[in-house]
Amino acid sequence: MPLLEISELSVDFKTGSGQFRAVDGVSLTVDRGEILAIVGESGSGKSVAMLAVMGLLPWTATVTAKTLAFDGRDLLTLSPRERRKLVGKDMAMIFQEPMSSLNPCFTVGYQIGESLKVHLGLTKSERRQRSIELLNAVGIPDPERRLSAFPHQLSGGMSQRVMIAMALACRPKLIIADEPTTALDVTIQAQILELLVSLQRETDTGLVLITHDMGVVAETAERVSVHYAGQKIEEQPVGPLFSDPHHPYTAALLAALPERAKGKHLPSIPGVVPGQFDRPPACLFEPRCRFATDRCRTKVPPRQGAIAGFALCHYPLTHGRPIGHPNPEGREVAA
Amino acid sequence: MSAPVILEASKLARYYSVSRGAFKPAATVRALAEASFTLEAGKTLAVVGESGCGKSTLARLVTMIEEPSAGQLVIGGIDIVGADKTALRKLRTEVQIVFQNPYGSLNPRQKIFDALAEPLIINRKEMNALQRKSAVLDMLKRVGLSPEHADRYPHMFSGGQRQRIAIARALMLKPRILVLDEPVSALDVSVQAQVLNLLVELQESLGLSYLFISHGLSVVRHMADEILVMYLGRVVERAPREKLFEQPMHPYTQALLSATPMADPERQRERIRLKGELPSPFNPPKGCAFHPRCPLAFDKCRVDRPELRFHGETEVACWAVERDNRVS
Repeated sequence: MPLLEISELSVDFKTGSGQFRAVDGVSLTVDRGEILAIVGESGSGKSVAMLAVMGLLPWTATVTAKTLAFDGRDLLTLSPRERRKLVGKDMAMIFQEPMSSLNPCFTVGYQIGESLKVHLGLTKSERRQRSIELLNAVGIPDPERRLSAFPHQLSGGMSQRVMIAMALACRPKLIIADEPTTALDVTIQAQILELLVSLQRETDTGLVLITHDMGVVAETAERVSVHYAGQKIEEQPVGPLFSDPHHPYTAALLAALPERAKGKHLPSIPGVVPGQFDRPPACLFEPRCRFATDRCRTKVPPRQGAIAGFALCHYPLTHGRPIGHPNPEGREVAA
Repeated sequence: MSAPVILEASKLARYYSVSRGAFKPAATVRALAEASFTLEAGKTLAVVGESGCGKSTLARLVTMIEEPSAGQLVIGGIDIVGADKTALRKLRTEVQIVFQNPYGSLNPRQKIFDALAEPLIINRKEMNALQRKSAVLDMLKRVGLSPEHADRYPHMFSGGQRQRIAIARALMLKPRILVLDEPVSALDVSVQAQVLNLLVELQESLGLSYLFISHGLSVVRHMADEILVMYLGRVVERAPREKLFEQPMHPYTQALLSATPMADPERQRERIRLKGELPSPFNPPKGCAFHPRCPLAFDKCRVDRPELRFHGETEVACWAVERDNRVS
């Protein structure tokens, strides 16, 4: 049984101008000791899906799903009281902006101690000892002194280490890291990713890494789920995803990376991600896809099997060529 | 073979004085301690470094938003320190800037047409309304937008389109130098490629020189002809693009390269781990500013500051490199 099982998860937001579907029928599983990366551009619903799992969405959101289970417990029918016992203890989240996710009014020691007190009921001296242990584990020098530091006294990298320490405090089974290194410099990013992965290996937790950076994915993830406009459009182990992407969007996204470019001209994807009012009727990527046909405009694409990377596409690619496509060269699309 | 030099900076520096409360004396931050470089016409010089290395200060100096505290900056043959007002006014139209965040750099209450026409109204007084209109529409076309976009407000555009507008605005006065301060780091990958392509096209058709400031090495590798690596307000390495990526000499450049994630899961590499973080610019380390984090540091690095020296085509400021080169 997987640690986290999501099937057909949808999240709708009530907005001033009607319903907006931010997550659209996403299915995912995460096992113990596994690193799953969720990649997508802004607006792909990757963060919202995970916030739904944590139960951290505002009241304007409606969450529907066939299954939403964590460690054998159904999250959909869980009472708020029981959910609070679970969140922060068995599953923890690391947020993108370390500087703004820590409370500026309390010391680092207090904020780490909070979850130890609530979830584990440790005494004051036990909390202090465990906090020092945690800060040591995340590589903060001189932890005794740092316990009484306020967030503004820490650098971005240090704040993110504190966030990781807080997430690890109760030895969770699942960690969700939402763009944990986006706000950090590259040398610090390398340190933090290395730390996250080594802690994850040691404790055998499941790790969901939400990111938009293909480089980070290539170096840390084991399995990758690619999202576009709220839908999961492909899922593959990391190696095959980069060598043989099956969905045209994944292929185009990889080709647009400057480090993979062959000449001065980058093969870019024309247009932008569809918004609330210009959602295409069938395939959501069709207006930007170089292989789009009439079928893509009228019929919702099927979910392909494992061999085609679960691609949500009428004509999944193998080695850059669409299967069963009337014109496998595709059309030239102007950027 | 080399193109004419359009911008030359020597020992350029900018200090800020920062108040540290009522009872402490004000401190001086050397945001840019010393930078010398040249920019050739039609070329791209990239500046790379982490936050706090002085790259944005450099951008502010080159665009003459701020005056240097020390050093010389010669643009188009005119030294901006000591130049009179009319000369400066003219120079300012030759250097324009595109900022990082297109959501913050466009006035939300100004239509696109007005945003683009404003520099002409101020600096090209001889133009009449009709000429301005055709210049704006021309420029919109040039950056891949259409004439009907002129009557819209910034909030109606996506991030990539806004960055196109910001580029169009910067180009209205036909500058020779464009300073690009992290122009694509706020954009998604698919949109980033569109904007980079546009920048390459514009450079070719207009013969622009770019000062390209970025922390993303893969973008720099794609765009730059020459690269400056900065650390704590100083240039630590200057090299032609291929040289820098194939044979980085300064240990900081090497660490930066190895820390940059590459979209290739097959890549085998040894990661150079940098200990610690950027030191505070209030109180930079003695000697080489990089020595507390440097894997190669030895006694001399803790006392004396290395100067930039040529090693082949690369200029590098490092004692360890000098020592090893002398031995071999």
